[in-house]
Amino acid sequence: MATPAVTPWWRNRRLIPWLVQGVAGLLVLVVVAFLVGNLVRNLTNAGLLLSWSWLRNPAGFDVSETLLPFNAELPYWRALLAGLVNTLRVVLAGLIGATVLGTLIGVAAFSSNGLLRRLARVYVELIRNIPLLLQLVFWYFVVFLALPGGEQAIQLPGVVLAKSGLYLGKPELINGVWQGQLRLTVEFGALLTGLVVYTAAFIAEVVRGGVASVPPGQWEASRSLGLTPLQTLQRIVLPQALRVIVPGLNSQYISLAKNSSLAVACGYSDLYSVAETTLNQTGRAVEVVLILLGSYLVIDLLISALMNGVNSWVQIKER
Amino acid sequence: MNSPSLSFARLRRELFATPLDGVITLALVGFLLAVGTAFLRWMLFQAEWAVIQANTTLFAVGRYPIEQQWRLWLLTVLLAAATGLSWGLLRGKGSWPRNDQLTAVILIALAVFGSWGLKLELPIQLRWWGITALLLVVRWAAGRWSQALPAPLLRLVPLVWPVLYLVGMVLISGGLGLMRVPPGEWGGLLLTLLEASFAILLCFPLGVLLALGRRSELPLLRWGSVLYIEFIRGAPLITLLFLGQNILGFLLPGGLAPDRVWRAAWVLTFFAAAYVAEAVRSGLVALPPGQLEAARSLGLPMHQALIHVVLPQAMRVALPATVGQFITLLQDTTLLSLIGLLDLLGTARTVMANPEFLGKNAEVYLVLAVLFWCCCAALGLGSRALETRLNPLAPSKA
Repeated sequence: MATPAVTPWWRNRRLIPWLVQGVAGLLVLVVVAFLVGNLVRNLTNAGLLLSWSWLRNPAGFDVSETLLPFNAELPYWRALLAGLVNTLRVVLAGLIGATVLGTLIGVAAFSSNGLLRRLARVYVELIRNIPLLLQLVFWYFVVFLALPGGEQAIQLPGVVLAKSGLYLGKPELINGVWQGQLRLTVEFGALLTGLVVYTAAFIAEVVRGGVASVPPGQWEASRSLGLTPLQTLQRIVLPQALRVIVPGLNSQYISLAKNSSLAVACGYSDLYSVAETTLNQTGRAVEVVLILLGSYLVIDLLISALMNGVNSWVQIKER
Repeated sequence: MNSPSLSFARLRRELFATPLDGVITLALVGFLLAVGTAFLRWMLFQAEWAVIQANTTLFAVGRYPIEQQWRLWLLTVLLAAATGLSWGLLRGKGSWPRNDQLTAVILIALAVFGSWGLKLELPIQLRWWGITALLLVVRWAAGRWSQALPAPLLRLVPLVWPVLYLVGMVLISGGLGLMRVPPGEWGGLLLTLLEASFAILLCFPLGVLLALGRRSELPLLRWGSVLYIEFIRGAPLITLLFLGQNILGFLLPGGLAPDRVWRAAWVLTFFAAAYVAEAVRSGLVALPPGQLEAARSLGLPMHQALIHVVLPQAMRVALPATVGQFITLLQDTTLLSLIGLLDLLGTARTVMANPEFLGKNAEVYLVLAVLFWCCCAALGLGSRALETRLNPLAPSKA
């Protein structure tokens, strides 16, 4: 009675993984086919089968504060493009603002002043634990919409902050209405403030972690060589800290770009808000969602590519 | 040690070490005083808290039918009892460490001053006092007699929570002889907590599976997981919620698509799973590959090696990031208000649209911010406590 030396097929180390994958893949295919089948059937019944020709129809709604000229007679694709440009505008301004504020707060955590250190900590803990959307509606409804208008507006040299917006470049009060070379709306102001304040808290943590990752011996050695604190920071600490900071910044920048889609809460016409209006008018759900997902994916990839470039620049160069 | 001169020296070193430090300190103190007094003056003399006091029920449970609200009270009582039981058994030995005393004092203060400040009716105030008393009494009793109970019974205690969750679901939505309350009538804090807890519970196992899939040697599994995670992480949550509300109805055969509230809950779950997967993956990466190899060469099958050797160690590393994702998820529930659901923020918007309370934005948003801040900070504190408890190198494990 000799037992067979051949391994039975169900214990075959090479066959089984492929069999499992095959079954799993087949299952996924069946589910996808089922969903897509339903989608096609339901869309056909609703008369909404995938088509892009509606993009050339006149939009019929207005998009406020666009950089590109826009009016209600222009087609849908121009409206969506105007929304995309608005999104890019607030993202770009937000990236710069959040980086500056976040770096300041992150560095404040290393101040020799105990009060400043603790305040930086309080800022981060306060902001991170309150939902961004709540902060946005707070900035819009409580702060920016409560600004005084007319003569009571907050006036600084060259800048006026009024209920109707932020005016830059020699603003003047003409017939009770402010006029300036550049006007930013309160909607833009509230969204930008909210995004900058929120993202800065996260960037501050990234910066703090980066600076903390530089061993204290580096500070001490540099100081004992006679470099000033500023020189130490500039020449010794930052180049080493940046290697840790840049990858962390990348993910914070991407979340800022994605978070800009909450603009609809403070009435700013970004891509999402234009897309929502477009869907309500045309009913083209699938196309609109595809455009939305695609646009944000491209923005994310752009930021990632940019930050990867920065990253390869700050990494250690072998000489 | 604590002589005044010493603390004065310390103060001087901390705040006035150099002239520049002195200037910064004075400027900051002036700024804080100005902001503090302005805020206090607003809070005490200008703010009108009637908008909160008149709408407490709406903020708590939305339009949940009044004659069915006893079910939610019952659930609160059960939750308080279960919390007290777990708390007492975790501490054991009938002792009240300093943190526990502090927590108890905070709870009592909340029950007394919270319900007084909200101007609740007396019977409802009394209910909150009773619930707080029940929690503390159960905690005391569980701590006192935990030693006397047989060990097998004690091991069953954690099971109270999943059972309670299911009971809670039945109590909230009805069925089994209770009148049905459709999800459209849930709102306020109830809806926020329900969506958040549902998504947190389900996204965790899903995220662990995705993280394991991403590190699997099987190409189909790996690329499938990578594709899913990167797709979800590349899109803003609001577009995915939008997708759930507008396209899910087309994807499923007519009538099978879930209610709007459940659609949002599933979208939140699938969204958070991708982020949890990345958090868990950071733990898996930190684990030396020798751990899995050793477990496998000891003859453990793959699933046992993962469950008993790899995951417990990886989760210890991944815990802070995972809880961080849960906190984000709780905050993300506010986005439901943008797709027309009446979560806390959505309810706040309907309240402020009421002409009687027009322009009371600051009061409402402040209360919501405090509420969210407390929940998120508590989760963060809990995570840190769990971290020290799980740390094998912690000295307190003697």
